[in-house]
Amino acid sequence: MIKTLAKSIREYKKPSILSPIFVSIEVILECLMPLVIVWFMDALETSKTSSELMNCILVYGGSLIGMAILSLATGMLSGRFAARASAGFAKNLRKDMYYAIQDYSFANIDRFSTSSLVTRQTTDVTNVQMAYMMIIRVAIRCPFMLIFSLVMSFTVNVTISWVFLALVPVLAAVLVFVILKTHPIFEKVFHKYDNMNRSVREDIKGIRVVKSFVREDFEKKKFKASSEDVCKDFTLAERIMAINGPVMQFCIWLAFLLIFLLAAIITGQAMEANNVSGAVTGGDLTALIMYASQILSSVMQLSMVLVMVIIARTSAERIVAVLKEKSNIVSPENAVKEVKDGEIVFDNVSFKYSKDAEKYALSGVNLHIQSGQTIGILGGTGASKSTLVNLIPRLYDTTEGAVYVGGVNVKDYDLEALRNKVAMVLQKNVLFSGTIKDNLRWGKEDATDDEMRRVCRLACADDFIQAFPDKYDTYIEQGGTNVSGGQKQRLCIARALLKDPKVLILDDSTSAVDTKTDALIRKSFREEIPNVTKIIIAQRVSSVQDADQIIVMDGGRIDAIGTHEELLASNQIYQEVYYQQNKIGNPSAAAEGGESHE
Amino acid sequence: MSKAVATQQKPKMHTFKLLGRLLGYLFHYYKGRMIAVFVCIAFTAAAGISSSVFLQLVLAEVITPLTEGGAQWADVSGALFWIIFGMAAMYIVALGASFFYNQTMAVVTQGFLRDVRDDMFSEMQALPIRYFDTHTHGDIMSVYTNDTDALRQLISMSIPQVFYSCIAAITLLVIMLLNSLWLMFVVLVGVVFMALVAKAVGGRSARYFIRQQEVIGKTEGYIEEMMGGQKVIKVFCHEEKAKEEFDKINDELCDASDKANAYGNILMPAVMNIGHFMFVITAIVAGLFVMFNVRNFTILGWGDEFTTSVAMIGLIATFLNMSRQFSLNIGQVSMQINSVVMGLAGAGRIFELLDEKPEEDNGYVTLVNANIDENGNITESAERTGKWAWKHPHQADGTITYTELKGDIRMFDVDFGYVPEKIVLHNVSLYAKPGQKIAFVGATGAGKTTITNLINRFYDIADGKIRYDGININKIKKADLRRSLGIVLQDTNLFTGTIMENIRYGKLDATDEECIEAAKLANAHDFITRLPEGYNTVLRHEASNLSQGQRQLISIARAAVANPPVMILDEATSSIDTRTEALVQKGMDALMKGRTVFVIAHRLSTIQNSDAIMVLDHGRIIERGSHEQLIEQRGTYYQLYTGAFELE
Repeated sequence: MIKTLAKSIREYKKPSILSPIFVSIEVILECLMPLVIVWFMDALETSKTSSELMNCILVYGGSLIGMAILSLATGMLSGRFAARASAGFAKNLRKDMYYAIQDYSFANIDRFSTSSLVTRQTTDVTNVQMAYMMIIRVAIRCPFMLIFSLVMSFTVNVTISWVFLALVPVLAAVLVFVILKTHPIFEKVFHKYDNMNRSVREDIKGIRVVKSFVREDFEKKKFKASSEDVCKDFTLAERIMAINGPVMQFCIWLAFLLIFLLAAIITGQAMEANNVSGAVTGGDLTALIMYASQILSSVMQLSMVLVMVIIARTSAERIVAVLKEKSNIVSPENAVKEVKDGEIVFDNVSFKYSKDAEKYALSGVNLHIQSGQTIGILGGTGASKSTLVNLIPRLYDTTEGAVYVGGVNVKDYDLEALRNKVAMVLQKNVLFSGTIKDNLRWGKEDATDDEMRRVCRLACADDFIQAFPDKYDTYIEQGGTNVSGGQKQRLCIARALLKDPKVLILDDSTSAVDTKTDALIRKSFREEIPNVTKIIIAQRVSSVQDADQIIVMDGGRIDAIGTHEELLASNQIYQEVYYQQNKIGNPSAAAEGGESHE
Repeated sequence: MSKAVATQQKPKMHTFKLLGRLLGYLFHYYKGRMIAVFVCIAFTAAAGISSSVFLQLVLAEVITPLTEGGAQWADVSGALFWIIFGMAAMYIVALGASFFYNQTMAVVTQGFLRDVRDDMFSEMQALPIRYFDTHTHGDIMSVYTNDTDALRQLISMSIPQVFYSCIAAITLLVIMLLNSLWLMFVVLVGVVFMALVAKAVGGRSARYFIRQQEVIGKTEGYIEEMMGGQKVIKVFCHEEKAKEEFDKINDELCDASDKANAYGNILMPAVMNIGHFMFVITAIVAGLFVMFNVRNFTILGWGDEFTTSVAMIGLIATFLNMSRQFSLNIGQVSMQINSVVMGLAGAGRIFELLDEKPEEDNGYVTLVNANIDENGNITESAERTGKWAWKHPHQADGTITYTELKGDIRMFDVDFGYVPEKIVLHNVSLYAKPGQKIAFVGATGAGKTTITNLINRFYDIADGKIRYDGININKIKKADLRRSLGIVLQDTNLFTGTIMENIRYGKLDATDEECIEAAKLANAHDFITRLPEGYNTVLRHEASNLSQGQRQLISIARAAVANPPVMILDEATSSIDTRTEALVQKGMDALMKGRTVFVIAHRLSTIQNSDAIMVLDHGRIIERGSHEQLIEQRGTYYQLYTGAFELE
């Protein structure tokens, strides 16, 4: 895991190394300063004349200032570098993940939900970033500080220093205990916390329902119960956490008490033995107190790093899962770059979404579609209509059998070449925030205005675009919320047409378009792009009834292939759908086609 | 339907006013405990600071007499005992206080957050639909999540820490006042300088942190859009372009994050090392005092001259120590700047939500259970009778009249606009007699949903009149008005919980049998019983475990169990595929029987049998009549029907 993550440090190796180096220097200075302060104070005490006094102030004060400047510089530099290293590391992590996802195949994308991919690239990266900064700065600083302060305090007074050595494990034990105890509680509460927020979200989203049924008080009660629940668990966790502060204070104060007591006793004994140098001076005392604070606070900070690392570990695992996911669909070597024509052959194709899946989504599909034909595909939900067409631009690989486009196995094509010639309008289609032109240019980056207008006319989109005040420069909101469903679908068709494809696949792409416009679009396809193979998946019989061949699918198999008349005469599913949508005995409704069904 | 209505920018609350209001809010709920907490913090802080006093005592009373005064151990051991005893006693009490306030703060913080959330939620329930239409759901949610979290930091950490440091500073000042005014001034100058640096660096850090937050939000939005459209990216081979755009935003985030953390990291070393400078400067000034034998001055009056005497040096040592403590405390406070700034920003948004004006309701006509005898006389009943009546008290003469609830709705010359400047409905008049089915047809934005919003008073009309069973709906209590209106929307809005619970939402005291009866009516019973868990199937993630059609059937059952005399069906079948629609339509037809119904539908086939169809265009009714009449007219409806026109 660490190896995978470390690959993303790259150009930020320098600050990642500089930060701990500067931190080390800072720590050394910070530990030396109390010692200089001790000497300073001792010198103050022993100064008998004012010139001696001034002298010692200048010497020790001067060196103290020098050290403070150095410590300030190194401290700031290490902080600076730590920030750069961690922000850069986070940037590279996000980038690596995003790039990896761009290379994903549909099968890879299916494995992660959109929201989980978003969380992994945002919250999870932030967690790892904070942990990384802690590691290269605090995690270096604290053990250093701990050891150095201990060593220094031993040079000041050995006996008293044993007190510190004894207190460190006590404090560490309590802190670790608290962390281990609260971590699972927090994990549990976060779940409840999500539930609480979900109930708020549902209430906001369904506020019309809430108010219509006059359920405000009911909702309040429901929310109160879950907020009370969250409060209870959080309080428990926080109360355990709140032990930390007093324990820390206890250790520090105990250290102070013992320092004073021992200092007095040691001095008393030393004086009795006439050993003046064995006495504890005021300077010594001050230094020991400072070291005590430094030692214990490093233990405290280390425990905070530990918490960070624990939190970040789960996040890191989730990031690595994205980075390690490899696409199984890549262009082969010596790939074919040219798609000859729009002929499509399915040779005994079977497909399942994952190796372990029991059920085949498609089985035993044989098809031959000639270049320039119009093919309709009909079938209920779950009949695998979309699955079938997804195999043509090699969005998924077949499990058995092969798909040929223009006489070449799709696996032998360069992916970009294949997908540029096999244009697909997805069922769940998306417009991106940006102008209509921006969106259309997805089909062809350097498309001219005339080209864009041409495809929009083909897709019957030009009229409504011209009616917008900003015409082709109309800004589309995220998710295309400011155009209607039918308009969105037609823009998506235009975008695909701009690719100048040899095969055009419409996966239920005119469901929100009225029957008349739908017919107009098909008419313009017939007249303007006769050489393009058109595959149309639809719910409405009227959308496919004039196709050269209609494929009726049921449960992952081809139930029948034929023209409208053939199927109407022989195929049961086709008849069912047709009669349901065209109520016999109501000529006006029949004329309306798919729009009437009661 | 969300109409973009610009929210009026409220003047930003002043920081101190905001803090004051927040503390007032906190004290409102936890006055006693907060006072106890502050007392305990004060005591703990004072005890912490007094360590330096004890240091001075140990030096003066024990160690110096031993080393220089030639005192024997026996002479000083008594003093030592009392000093250590006093220290221990104080520490024990202070530890108790510290334990108490830490524990209490944990309880108070979480309790307060719960109270804030409960208050916000309660207030929010009372807000008019306009509020929800003019604020994005994400923004409202963020008040509950991000802003409340920011408040947690502020209350549990920053407020106690800042108070602790203030008390510590005051204690230090008092000790200094008692020891030497001159040296105190020196320390104070250093403190002011340090505070300025902390404010500058900390303020910048907070500013960049807020910017970082904004860029994170932007990045998240971008990633979300791209991840949502990932399959489209693949289909269009748009990967390289997507990477390019991402890099730009990613670099921006990196920059913001770098700056924010850099200032955050620099703050502590800066403050601590300025503390060192202050230490040295205090020492130098003290040395100068000694050199020139400056006479000491305390708050108690003139003291001794500064000399190299033991007492004076001890005094200087204590001062040096105190200057260190001062800088430590300023360091601690400066570390809280970020969370104070963010917490207060969050509190500002929380108060904004709490300050929103709730829905007004001046209605006094209520809905009561009623008994109706053969002669049509209506009497009020305490129990459910299956019959309802409007109870109309007349203020003028103090009498009460009862009107049977029938579902007769009439609109007279209604004008309406979401904002006063822009009228979206003009002169709408319509009559729906009990049991009639009225349909609205028209383009998006023609005003179909707006009309239904007016009937249940989600919005109030600008001009004209709406009467319900002959009563002006402004006189009817909103809750009672809405209780008499059922609603089925395109977006089903089911709640997390079992199917049974979701159906019961329509009538909270409905028995299981009633709910099942409603499900049967709505044609939902069959599919529900086929689910492995039946009616106990738990709906999760916006009921994604059911198909859109199945969800709609449950929402119809929910409306059916409420059994209202008037129903509003707003695009209820629009997002259902054609095969399931037949099933849903059956459920809807059963639901509509015997009720006044307002239908908005995209597919004209569903409204052909309406008693009246209103064709709306730009807020005006341009055609009205039955299906046959409108076909006869050969107007807009005819064009729509024959497909010559498209509904957008």
